[in-house]
Amino acid sequence: MNIVVCIKQVPDTAGGVKFNPDGTLDRAAMLAIMNPDDKAGLEAALRLKDEYGAKVTVVTMGLPKADAILREAMAMGADDAVLVTDRVLGGADTWATSQTLAGAVRALDYDLVITGRQAIDGDTAQVGPQLSVHLGLPIVSYTQKLRIEGDYVIAERMFDDRHHVLKVKMPCLLTALSELNEPRYMTPGGIFDAFKKEVTVMGRKDLVDVLDSNIGKVGSPTQIAKASDKVRKGAGTQYIPEDATDAAEYIVGKLKEKFII
Amino acid sequence: MNREEYKGVYVYAQQVDNKVSNIALELLGKAKVLANDLGSEVVAMLLGSDIKDQAQKLAEYGADKVIVVDHPFLKEYMTEPYTQAISNIIYEFKPDIVLFGATAIGRDLAPCVAATVHTGLTADCTKLDIGDFPMTPIPGKETLHKQLLMTRPAFGGNTIATIAIPDFRPQMATVRPGVMQKLPRNREAKANIIEFDAHLEKNNRYVEILDVVKKVSDYVDIQDAKILVSGGRGMQNKENYEKYLRPLANLLGGQVSSSRAGVDQFGIPKELQVGQTGKTVRPKLYIACGISGAIQHLAGMEESDLIIAINKDETAPIFDVADYGIVGDLFQIVPILTKMVEQELAKKAEM
Repeated sequence: MNIVVCIKQVPDTAGGVKFNPDGTLDRAAMLAIMNPDDKAGLEAALRLKDEYGAKVTVVTMGLPKADAILREAMAMGADDAVLVTDRVLGGADTWATSQTLAGAVRALDYDLVITGRQAIDGDTAQVGPQLSVHLGLPIVSYTQKLRIEGDYVIAERMFDDRHHVLKVKMPCLLTALSELNEPRYMTPGGIFDAFKKEVTVMGRKDLVDVLDSNIGKVGSPTQIAKASDKVRKGAGTQYIPEDATDAAEYIVGKLKEKFII
Repeated sequence: MNREEYKGVYVYAQQVDNKVSNIALELLGKAKVLANDLGSEVVAMLLGSDIKDQAQKLAEYGADKVIVVDHPFLKEYMTEPYTQAISNIIYEFKPDIVLFGATAIGRDLAPCVAATVHTGLTADCTKLDIGDFPMTPIPGKETLHKQLLMTRPAFGGNTIATIAIPDFRPQMATVRPGVMQKLPRNREAKANIIEFDAHLEKNNRYVEILDVVKKVSDYVDIQDAKILVSGGRGMQNKENYEKYLRPLANLLGGQVSSSRAGVDQFGIPKELQVGQTGKTVRPKLYIACGISGAIQHLAGMEESDLIIAINKDETAPIFDVADYGIVGDLFQIVPILTKMVEQELAKKAEM
């Protein structure tokens, strides 16, 4: 079985988001990590490899520095890694990104394609579903459990108030939730091996069946009209009360002022 | 592409178990405003099996027209038949704008539709306007009028962007639940109801449902609450939510919610969690008790109309978004506050 896992390098928010003095986001001060949902997708692939035997290939589209998360993925146990990088691919929205990834995945052998549900920088959750359409694959979004039965994947798809147990014939695509599992750590031997292995680098010319009009900034239907780091609305009034009764009176005063009581 | 051919503001009228979801009504409310600006009509797309009886409700909340696709394949939400149905409506009717709720269903369906019909999609919008693109004229570049301008937060609410889809149609967006206002119900309203054969055909993207497991929930959706009394790490345990927060929430006609710390550490149900990995809420009043205010929490509640925070630590980040921040011990303040609110309400009832 061949499993392709799509991963993305994103700025870390868990270590605390850093702000500039004007209240905007200080991106340079934040670490770059493997997107958490993608890591859960990779872990799911590695568990299938452990249980059924599989070759796991990780693919990322990004700047050359995204090599770091590919090495991390190989240190966790991925067999191969592909970096899709090319100047003409920059500025892509989810349509152009999913077109590009589809072009890269077509160049690989796959029975199962796994993506994270969403990346913590864009939060769109669109690339996985759009990739499934471009590849013509059935999709299970929000996978919270899975197993293999012959040529089929049996997967639990999480929705707000219910989950569906689905039977899907491979090849198919799954999007993973970080709740799916607890990703393993890299092993020292794995880290050592990961830096000896080759990362396959793909450029525009290596993408299969992709039109120039569907990649990069020119291929992106959405365009940014205005962008800003959000300046938080700012603190209101802080009140240090004399005692609990004073505090309660203060709050009641505000609730009356705002016609809530 | 000829933009002039594309007309109307279309809304995906999400239904679950043949009952139209609240988000569909919120979208109709917004669609009405957009349609007024454009001089066009509001069209609801209602998909399901034996679903026709829900069309009238959509009319009463603002739909001028309802396109109904009634088919056994559409009984339970599945990605492929729903994608086919919506895509075929788009090919047939050529809408200018298509809106979906940013629900689990909408966030699965909308990207598949956008990929199928080849257009742009903006996720999780909190604001939609009609305006010019570019927003300020750029020499040598044509200014397009009456474009959909979609504003969305990213990065857990730390950045904000306005997006347009100038060269493709329809312009598509998913919209967060609880952000748009539904119209008052008009029981006299009538819509033009069109039954549409979407030519659904089974293909390899159809999957088999082996089982549907519904979660039984005892909780009212916190996204619908007008007032939330919310607890965090400072609550110390689950029992204290009931003892301290519940009475106040009940008096105010609100609900109890929690930060992630309460869910992870005290076993508060996940459906009551506010924040980036929980729910985004926008009540009239949000009282944060013992919540420090991690960035992921703030992203889920900072749009509330009025935020009151009670925390012992005067440097807690929750005070950065609170309209009124009270530095003090919630276990002393909340019981007295509850008592006073009760007295105030009693006084008001006498008047």
